[in-house]
Amino acid sequence: MDLKDKLVSSFLAFENNIDVHNPVHDVRTEAIKNFETKGFPSKKMEAWKYTSLNSLQKIDFSIFPKKESSLEYKDVKKYFIHQIDTYKIVFIDGVFSSNLSETTHDGVDICLMSSALTKPMYKAVVDVYFNKVASKEESLTTLNTAFSREGAYIYIPKNKVPKKPIEIIHFSTGNDAALMLQPRNLVIAEENSEMQIIERHQSLTSNAVLTNSVTEIFAAKNAIVDYYKVQNDNDSASLIDNTYVDQKDGSHVKVHTFSFGGKLLRNNLNFYQNGERIDSTMKGITIIGEKQHVDHHTLVHHIEPNCESHQDYKGIFAENSTGVFNGKIIVDKIAQKTNAFQQNNNILISDKATINTKPQLEIFADDVKCSHGCTIGQLDEEALFYLQSRGIPKKEARALLMYAFANNVLESVRIPELKVRINKLIANKLGVNLGFDL
Amino acid sequence: MLKIKDLHASVEGKGILKGINLEVGAGEVHAIMGPNGSGKSTLASVIAGNETYEVTAGDIFLDGESIEDFSPEERAHNGVFLSFQYPVEIPGVSVTNFMKTAINESRKAKGIEDMPAKDMLKLIREKSELLEIDRKFLSRSLNEGFSGGEKKRNEIFQMAMLEPKLAILDETDSGLDIDALRIVANGVNKLKSKDNAVVVITHYQRLLEYIVPDFVHVLYNGKIVKSGTKELAMELEEKGYDWIKQEAAV
Repeated sequence: MDLKDKLVSSFLAFENNIDVHNPVHDVRTEAIKNFETKGFPSKKMEAWKYTSLNSLQKIDFSIFPKKESSLEYKDVKKYFIHQIDTYKIVFIDGVFSSNLSETTHDGVDICLMSSALTKPMYKAVVDVYFNKVASKEESLTTLNTAFSREGAYIYIPKNKVPKKPIEIIHFSTGNDAALMLQPRNLVIAEENSEMQIIERHQSLTSNAVLTNSVTEIFAAKNAIVDYYKVQNDNDSASLIDNTYVDQKDGSHVKVHTFSFGGKLLRNNLNFYQNGERIDSTMKGITIIGEKQHVDHHTLVHHIEPNCESHQDYKGIFAENSTGVFNGKIIVDKIAQKTNAFQQNNNILISDKATINTKPQLEIFADDVKCSHGCTIGQLDEEALFYLQSRGIPKKEARALLMYAFANNVLESVRIPELKVRINKLIANKLGVNLGFDL
Repeated sequence: MLKIKDLHASVEGKGILKGINLEVGAGEVHAIMGPNGSGKSTLASVIAGNETYEVTAGDIFLDGESIEDFSPEERAHNGVFLSFQYPVEIPGVSVTNFMKTAINESRKAKGIEDMPAKDMLKLIREKSELLEIDRKFLSRSLNEGFSGGEKKRNEIFQMAMLEPKLAILDETDSGLDIDALRIVANGVNKLKSKDNAVVVITHYQRLLEYIVPDFVHVLYNGKIVKSGTKELAMELEEKGYDWIKQEAAV
């Protein structure tokens, strides 16, 4: 049975374990119909031209984990930003782990999607937000919607700021030979609220994992959301991340994506600016090698006037790795005075590495500033000579330059300990000891 | 110390250096002057080992040993230093960390252990005072957003840290105001000793009022067409380069 059929038939088993009378289930039923009609995206579709899911579909993934597992904090501590205190929402093989988590209901809700979807006290919020910005057409998003049951639920009321950053971590233990996970997150920042979220997916063995994740983020008037995605999984784990952001007047949402590990990574990042004076920022650092594949598809839809969007993606591709950047910017006719910037710079350090980069601008307003640039190059020879002339050997000099190339994306990271961690991951990924403390 | 014999170099097939002969002894200061496009910066780059230029003939010796096959880093490890006309900006790497890396890589090449952190800090403090460099400056990203003067001062700071045998200063005076020029020149003069040598490449005589050369050479069209003492520099300042061009044409 192919993966699509397996998923569709698993939906019946899934229904045995949930409350099918909950109105949310009507949403799921609609969603599975859409997926059943469309199936997995294929390379014939423009948006999937350079990313093939064929080989993943041949793997016999378990749709539900065989059994519940537990982990000791000391064994997985290194995957947390453990230098600082954080709220933690942790899942093991898709199941909430209460002993690794630290949730709260103290003025803010940092807890579980399963609670939000089933408990009456959350119903009013869920009715307003759940599946409201996520696509009802895109097949993988609807697949996730159909199986939506667990994930992170974060609700920050008006004028509130949680005391500390929030970490969302998904571990997979390898209890199943191959496991598919479909976490569903809902993040709501009410007026003038502010939060920082770090998300990570980590497989603990070399067994195959496929995660098809959907995150909906709603930023109300003047809210600030910083979302950091740390993608450094092992090379048998693949991730399709579908993130949808709905922004209102004066809100600032930044999403940083750090892609260093994993077999196949696809990031679908969609911003909808439903208001004025909105700022949307998307930044990414991709450093991959071997046969890794990272695909960033971004969309910013400028719907109202006087808004800004900033995109800065840097990529370093070694060995046989492949990268994709597709940045779509839509500026509606009414969205005058839009400032939209997009930058994608890439370095190929192997003859066999590939990057496909494509800016896609659809501008219907006439008084806008839109700029885009993409570069694909090698390292600057003059800069290399400069470092070598100071006695730094070529290999180390190259690493230092690559480090410098990627590093400036980190300037906007507002959690210093996370910045240090990412810096270390970059240095580590470049495979050279730079000879100084980061 | 430095001996250049009949050096020819080209870039993309175009000949730039057309037979340079030059000898620089320990303890000496040499100035190389010449009009724009005469090959001054190329000569500096070729001595430091820039692979953009192809050496088509001739040889370069340092203390009697040919360094022609040496990589730029090997030349640095052997005591060659080039102060760049346009230092490169390296975001995300502080001046301090860059110097630590450079010094420890040189030590590694010589089989010496890393410099202890305490000694490194002491050295950095001492040399930054020499160049009147503020402590905050050292934690900034290398050359990023530096003014022209800051970049040049930073180059001489690096020279002070690395203590080269042969320092080549490529247009170190360009972009400097008079105060910065004095600080930079003072730094160079303090680093001078009977065991090292300095080659100053400049278009103008101005820097040579502060770093007084023992010998002055005029480079024109890829060749040294005239050599003399510091009086030659003054003559060039007064009369310009036209008479040199005319003499060379004869």
